[in-house]
Amino acid sequence: MNISPLIISFKVACTATILTIILGIPFAWKVANMKKGKGLIDGIATMPMVLPPTIVGFFLLLLIGKNSPFGKFLLQFDITLTFTWIAAVLASVVVSFPLMYRTARGAFEAVDTNLIYAGQTLGMSNFTIFRKVVLPNTMSSILAGVVLTFARALGEFGATIMVAGNIPGRTQTISVAIYSAVQGGQREQSYAWVAVIMLISFGSIISMNWFSNREKGNSKGVV
Amino acid sequence: MGLHVDIKKTMQNFSLQVSFDMGCETLSILGASGSGKSMTLKCIAGIETPDEGRIVLDDTILFDSKQKINLLPQQRNIGYLFQNYALFPNMTVEENIAIGLKASKQEKRTLVEEKIKSFYLEGLEKKKPSQLSGGQQQRVAIARMIASNPKIIMLDEPFSALDSYLRWEMEQEILDIIETYKKPTLFVSHNRDEVYRISDLIGVIDQGRLSFVSEKKDIFENPKTFIGAVLTGCKNFTRIKKVNEYKVYAFDWQINLITKEPVSNDIQYVGIRAHHIQVIDSNEESDNTMLCTVKKIIDNTFTTIILVEGLRNSQKNGVDKQHNYGEIRLEMPKNEWEKVKGNQVKLRFIPEALLLLE
Repeated sequence: MNISPLIISFKVACTATILTIILGIPFAWKVANMKKGKGLIDGIATMPMVLPPTIVGFFLLLLIGKNSPFGKFLLQFDITLTFTWIAAVLASVVVSFPLMYRTARGAFEAVDTNLIYAGQTLGMSNFTIFRKVVLPNTMSSILAGVVLTFARALGEFGATIMVAGNIPGRTQTISVAIYSAVQGGQREQSYAWVAVIMLISFGSIISMNWFSNREKGNSKGVV
Repeated sequence: MGLHVDIKKTMQNFSLQVSFDMGCETLSILGASGSGKSMTLKCIAGIETPDEGRIVLDDTILFDSKQKINLLPQQRNIGYLFQNYALFPNMTVEENIAIGLKASKQEKRTLVEEKIKSFYLEGLEKKKPSQLSGGQQQRVAIARMIASNPKIIMLDEPFSALDSYLRWEMEQEILDIIETYKKPTLFVSHNRDEVYRISDLIGVIDQGRLSFVSEKKDIFENPKTFIGAVLTGCKNFTRIKKVNEYKVYAFDWQINLITKEPVSNDIQYVGIRAHHIQVIDSNEESDNTMLCTVKKIIDNTFTTIILVEGLRNSQKNGVDKQHNYGEIRLEMPKNEWEKVKGNQVKLRFIPEALLLLE
């Protein structure tokens, strides 16, 4: 059996997760501290979670496709994003972003505001407070968010097939490979990939529960 | 030198309007919960922004709405002890104390060691806040605050999370600290006893308005307003009508009261503290006395609390009727109550004990 979908899936999911962490956590912190317009920003940021992935893919094509301004700009440097693994990464980032953002924001908003005020009156800069107080005290929730993000990125199908296609050995991830296998009547191969995905997803949920239980244990007795 | 505050802020239920000046002493603000006490402290610390006004600490303008000055909390150099202490749960005791220090590593270590010693935290350096008792947590919080070398200390209901025994102990420690570090201290509480023991100057806040700041003897012995009397623990009040300069009619008690002080036209209430009411053994009618029936007797730790109601006999259609009115609460040492107890008592409100209130 060709294991290239497994490798591509992991490459795409890991890169997407890292990008989502880098984008999602600061964004969540900003939104958590917003006083006005929170609902609007939150609505926009959460959209990809509720939209059909094909629509996300459609918008992505509009944005990075060969005929889009950005696509044309990249063409000058002989770069095409569509139908590459990078397009698959972008699709996964957009789709999994709301999961990271919402988990992190929930955790940030649950932090006792007095901790932040105390940090400020002690002369700590807001960035130091975020790094040394907020992040360490929300780590468990954030890790749970990372696991969710990874699981979502790994399972991404709709947007991926629209922007990255189904090129074996290049952009064919496990979820896309299952689709191809079923279409081509290769039952054994589809069973194998389904088992792999289910194992990974189940493992993710277990580890997520473990993180959130650890959080409860940690906060016990803290005033 | 000192703190000057004159601010206004519109809040959900009322508008906060606070102005006072303090020097190097301890000022307490007494107020019920939701009266705007904590909001005042937060405005001074820079956590909340007043709508308008001015806050000056020593020679630094912290906030001035006209000059558009509004320093960040980080620039204000104010020590704030939060009600729940707000210790960083992810840091050890040492790390909590060190976090506010701006110094080299070596200096930090000596400073932290010094604070650990002076706040009796030896042996707890590596512990997390969740592993400490309430009293220890408070000590760490104070040590952390003092270590950052603030110009003024603000204590927000510091004892509310402690049980009564620990409360007393921590109160003594805080008094020691105030004495040792000689920092101007702003103390906020709803507990009149704490406020009385801790500070020399007391202000009363109600519905966002800081009504007056005065020496503690004044406010407890001679509160000027109704709310001041309530907050300092007075239990008995009556609405009054002025009869002449030294005489008022008490609506709720249905008697005339002779006063010691002349009654000004602003006076609307008369109050008397539960332990200032005398029970007399005489049947004659005279001023400042009132016949009452006993409604309830509450056995307190060292005293007896008696709830009574005024009693008046009247005749209607040839039938004797009894009216009850105006509940009054009195409190006296147990043995004294034993001497005078009965189903009916005669109360005397001595003129010296009457509080004339606006």
